[in-house]
Amino acid sequence: MFDIVQKESLNPTVQRMVIHAPLIARKAQPGQFVILRADQAGERIPLTVADTDPQAGTVTLIFQIVGATTEKLARLQLGNALADLVGPLGRPTDTEGLKKAVIIGGGVGCAIAYPVAKKLHAQGCKVDSIVGFRTRDLVILRPEFEAVSTRFFLMSDDGSCGRKGLVTDQLRDLLEAGAQYDRAIVIGPLIMMKFVCALTKQYGLPTVVSMNPIMIDGTGMCGGCRLSVGGETRFACVDGPEFDGHLVDFDQAIARAGAFKAYERKRHEACRLMRKEAGADA
Amino acid sequence: MPDMSLQKHPMPVQDPQVRRYNFDEVALGYTEEQAVAEAGRCLACRQKPCCAGCPVGVDIPAFLAAVRERRFEQAYAVLSATNSLPAVCGRVCPQERQCESRCVRGLKGEPVGIGRIERFVADRHNAGAASPAPLPAPTGCKAAIIGSGPAGLTCAGELARMGHAVTVFEALHAAGGVLTYGIPEFRLPKAIVQREIENLRQMGVEIRTDMVIGRILTVDELFAAGYQSVFIGSGAGLPRFLRIPGEELCGVFSANELLTRVNLMKAYLPDSDTPLPVMGHTVVVGGGNVAMDAARCALRLGAQDVTVVYRRSEQELPARAEEVAHAEEEGVRLAMLTDPVELLGEGGRVTRMHCLRTRLGEPDASGRRSPVPVPDSDFELPADCVIIAIGTSPNPLLRTATPGLDTDRRGCLIADEQGATSRPGVFAGGDAVTGAATVILAMGAGRKAAHAMDAYMRAHPAET
Repeated sequence: MFDIVQKESLNPTVQRMVIHAPLIARKAQPGQFVILRADQAGERIPLTVADTDPQAGTVTLIFQIVGATTEKLARLQLGNALADLVGPLGRPTDTEGLKKAVIIGGGVGCAIAYPVAKKLHAQGCKVDSIVGFRTRDLVILRPEFEAVSTRFFLMSDDGSCGRKGLVTDQLRDLLEAGAQYDRAIVIGPLIMMKFVCALTKQYGLPTVVSMNPIMIDGTGMCGGCRLSVGGETRFACVDGPEFDGHLVDFDQAIARAGAFKAYERKRHEACRLMRKEAGADA
Repeated sequence: MPDMSLQKHPMPVQDPQVRRYNFDEVALGYTEEQAVAEAGRCLACRQKPCCAGCPVGVDIPAFLAAVRERRFEQAYAVLSATNSLPAVCGRVCPQERQCESRCVRGLKGEPVGIGRIERFVADRHNAGAASPAPLPAPTGCKAAIIGSGPAGLTCAGELARMGHAVTVFEALHAAGGVLTYGIPEFRLPKAIVQREIENLRQMGVEIRTDMVIGRILTVDELFAAGYQSVFIGSGAGLPRFLRIPGEELCGVFSANELLTRVNLMKAYLPDSDTPLPVMGHTVVVGGGNVAMDAARCALRLGAQDVTVVYRRSEQELPARAEEVAHAEEEGVRLAMLTDPVELLGEGGRVTRMHCLRTRLGEPDASGRRSPVPVPDSDFELPADCVIIAIGTSPNPLLRTATPGLDTDRRGCLIADEQGATSRPGVFAGGDAVTGAATVILAMGAGRKAAHAMDAYMRAHPAET
């Protein structure tokens, strides 16, 4: 069992959870992920590691409440434990030799982009960070990003904070103004990563994306996480989760992410009805 | 006087029309009388050809003799002396290609039902409260086993029996490897697997789940932690796909994924959070045991119909004969001499499979007659769910994380007859070495490696 030692809401739909897992804390690098099961009946889901504290023996996860398992996670409290936590899985982010990088995070993806920015900053790389959120209430990790960024750009869809617009608007302006980077590292919703990659391709800027497909075992067994990268079938769990963004078939990844949508809707509906019957909604 | 009936005593089974809707075990097992009677068909011939057909070297005539004399615990002692998982082997071994294929009784009529009797003996033992065998004096040696599938569990059992301290590291949350995530409940109940694992625990074997070696700890760190030898039984790895257009569509799964959802995650039980695919018209591609398991799971998950598509003919099917027969009885359709060439879909979901008929040509490198597509023989199968069961390629995780571990062209670990790899003290066996094969071959490799590890650890005592 893996004890929950800290838990807080970062915004109405995003939570931060610190879990006691000393062996994983010792090994996990930015870019790697864990697989967890909330309880014995729980499904296995992958979450990218947001932070570790090897001394305290803890792993930090930041997740958005989007489905059955993240809802279950959100209901767990301090003192509860996760049934399983496996990792670190996948390959760490390759930051070697980078002198100037642009980090682009979207929504809860910022939780994964931040440790990468932090690592780059620590190794003396100049970091421009562009982070985007739908609206002001959903902003997370702003001071953390500011602390490790040479330049920090906050975007919001509705203009309620930072600049109104998409991360691609800011990135285009920087590239148009002649900004040069060794690499762009992009972590966020598939559709955002798709459009950032389309843009950086025009400018010939090497771009790495972090993929988070459906996964069961996370060790290269089930094949559920397969992606098309440069026309080849690759597995996010062992070959990734980071790939050359200019080679990833995003349309396919977007379609595959919805493979169980119908099932999840049915489940969700059933749960809601049950809660209603139990009077919890009253 | 031996029982000279030409046929095996039939195995009682669940009615096909009932069992196709449940996950309960299909074969119900012999009664005591049936087991004794079947053991009575053994001629106790001097040459013991059956023994040569057993990858773990069970003294088959001796255990059958004990059954004939109703000394069932003695029979179990003979079995378990060389087989760490008899209740599993009695269910999933391809006996028709191993022990039973060499049985003299098979020359005229059916061979002795060795597997069925093995199952009876193991189940009878496990049902009782037999006291565990006394543990040998500890040797002070420590061995690490990577993977808790048939190879790893067998290796662990053998080493524990020699008095070594053994830790098994399992990547998933439950031990058993393919016995747990792969082979379905109706063929190998998980309670049986757990019972076998419990037997190992009672022998002092420590099992640590949620441990992906190569990531959380490396092989070098295991040595640094005081393990004197390491056995790698990490299994077959990445599922292979057909590499045909449309394979990325939703509704197309590897057999590993479907079987893991069903067997490991128990997605068919109402309280499981793990989603299941929409089955509808299900088409399974492949002809091995995994394909049959997937097809029969699909039926039980409520598929309208299930078709197994295979490029060769029924004679070449690599699956156990009994599994093919059971699948057909349950209503699985076999579409032999059929080659899928494209998957077609609507709105990102698969709906149809475009196929060609094949005929058998000359034997290929594997010695099997290779399928040749017949021109203009195109046809389509409706397919809401497509399961690909055409094998696996080795998992890259351990080999990339372990310097000095040699692999072959395919990426399988290279190990000699005794399981020794290119790294001193590191041994390997099972699918990680051979590519996808059978439970019993993996067990045979685990057993051999255990003996080599024993010799290695005694020759290289721990530095103190």
